[in-house]
Amino acid sequence: MNPVFEIQLIAVLVSVACALPGVFLVIRGMAMMTDAITHTILLGIVVAFFITQDLNSPLLIVGAALVGILTVWLTELIHQTKLLDKDASIGIIFPLLFSIAIILITRYAGDVHLDTDSVLLGELAFAPFDRLILFGIDVGPQAIYSMAAILILLLLFIGFFYKELKLTSFDALLAASLGFSPVLLHYALMSLVSVTAVGAFEAVGSILVVAFMVGPPVSAYLLTNRLSYMLGISAALGAVNSLIGFQLSMYFDVSIAGMIAVVTGLTFIVIFIFSPKKGFIYELHRKKRQKKILKKALESNHLS
Amino acid sequence: MDVLSALFFDYTFQVVVFGSSILGLLSGVIGSFAVLRKQSLLGDAVSHAALPGICLAFILTSNKQMEILLLGALISGLLATWLIMVIVKHSKVKFDSALALTTAVFFGLGLVLLTFIQKSPNSNQAGLEKFIFGQSSTLLERDVRIMFLVGIVLLIVVIAFWKEFKLMAFDHSFATSIGLPVYWMNSLLATLTVIVIVMGLQSVGVILMSSLLIGPAVAARQWTNHLSIMVVLAAIFGCVSGIIGTMISSLGQQIPTGPTIVLIISSIVLISILFAPSRGIIWKLIKNMQRKKEFASQLKKGG
Repeated sequence: MNPVFEIQLIAVLVSVACALPGVFLVIRGMAMMTDAITHTILLGIVVAFFITQDLNSPLLIVGAALVGILTVWLTELIHQTKLLDKDASIGIIFPLLFSIAIILITRYAGDVHLDTDSVLLGELAFAPFDRLILFGIDVGPQAIYSMAAILILLLLFIGFFYKELKLTSFDALLAASLGFSPVLLHYALMSLVSVTAVGAFEAVGSILVVAFMVGPPVSAYLLTNRLSYMLGISAALGAVNSLIGFQLSMYFDVSIAGMIAVVTGLTFIVIFIFSPKKGFIYELHRKKRQKKILKKALESNHLS
Repeated sequence: MDVLSALFFDYTFQVVVFGSSILGLLSGVIGSFAVLRKQSLLGDAVSHAALPGICLAFILTSNKQMEILLLGALISGLLATWLIMVIVKHSKVKFDSALALTTAVFFGLGLVLLTFIQKSPNSNQAGLEKFIFGQSSTLLERDVRIMFLVGIVLLIVVIAFWKEFKLMAFDHSFATSIGLPVYWMNSLLATLTVIVIVMGLQSVGVILMSSLLIGPAVAARQWTNHLSIMVVLAAIFGCVSGIIGTMISSLGQQIPTGPTIVLIISSIVLISILFAPSRGIIWKLIKNMQRKKEFASQLKKGG
């Protein structure tokens, strides 16, 4: 495998892995929670690193997932006091946890490869440098294996709990009355989101994980009303965005993940404008037609 | 004592403290309206969206002068705000999805432009990435003077449109029905928000600016039900956080200013949520207990 192929493979794996849980986040109106989680997992990584002193320890992922859950829990905790609305609760909790992480890093981890820049910005081009070596044989970049594992985990989770996820996403009350626990599923989903974000952030950076998680699902949302189609379309869109974004970034010699995010925005805008039944043009057309019908109806009423 | 003497004698320190306090004050005032209108996280989007504007302004002018960069930030911040509004108005996409998408995509564009600049031969380019985290120590007297002037203009605008803003914060549909130009008022308020965020980019950076906007306002909201008191309190909270945060971070070598300010704001929010009279959690607990006692004693009397 040459590096160019490896990078594209990683990009596709990352974007598909992000697009799948993203669908449920968008449907549940939790898009901004991804923004919060992708920032705060940094705290989990830092604390786990202080404990293990090893940047490759699997405990880092555990720490990140725990802080992801902590973020969601704290946000809901202060939202439940009814003193703050949901937006403000998110906006209070995540900068706080994120600030603690930054202070810890600048004070105590200045000389480690854990600088905030690499966490926030990421660099896909560096991903192939980190090789997985099994029994002395180089079997390819580590990111391919970790992202593939996360993707399989996600597919298993979604496959196994598809009905429950569908029900709790669209009608949490009904789900609860039928005996499912929306809360448990909610936190399971959020831990998976954190794990996916940790797997992805080194390659694409915290903030762009949000583009990968929200972009394709929102675009797919404008194309279909069916959950299964939405999952398929957003995974496909994620993959296509990555490949186009990669080619463009090579051409202009710029940040790969950044370019994929830009392409994600562009495909959204194209779908937003041209989508049949849910697009901008269709809507304008529909409004015009309605006005005409209304006008006709009014005229005929007056005349008769 | 070192900090105190610096407060009186160290010139650079005074400039930074003054800058942070102006920033905190303005964020408190403008943030109050954002929080009441349930648009707290718009600040997060706008501050991320400023990055491509900063880069583009640099590419077009190859000038690193603060005003030019911030003008770019202002334009792209407004563009992002407008895009979010258009997406929400003309499709089934919800506000938070549109917000998250716009935030991340604009930031991605910023990164693309940043890497493009870094690979260009222009030697003048270093330091643009400082906007992501901000660095208060780079504040110059000139910057603070501009912040001061812009701040006064902002406050005058807020006072001049006080009634309109108040109406829009509490009863949007009523404001529309009595014929207020709601669209323009919205845009004016959005513009003021973007201006404050852009001013904060240099000192606290993209990521922490949103907390400066939300925190003081949310804390102030707990202490009062009057808009005017809330705005004044938020201004004081913001100002105090700016000053204390800067002081603490100057105590040690390795304490970043932005995050320290955020910690101070968060403490003020926590104290307000817990202890504010009539709304605070502890107040409510005490009241509940009193009520129970009264009820119990009444039961006894009755029985």
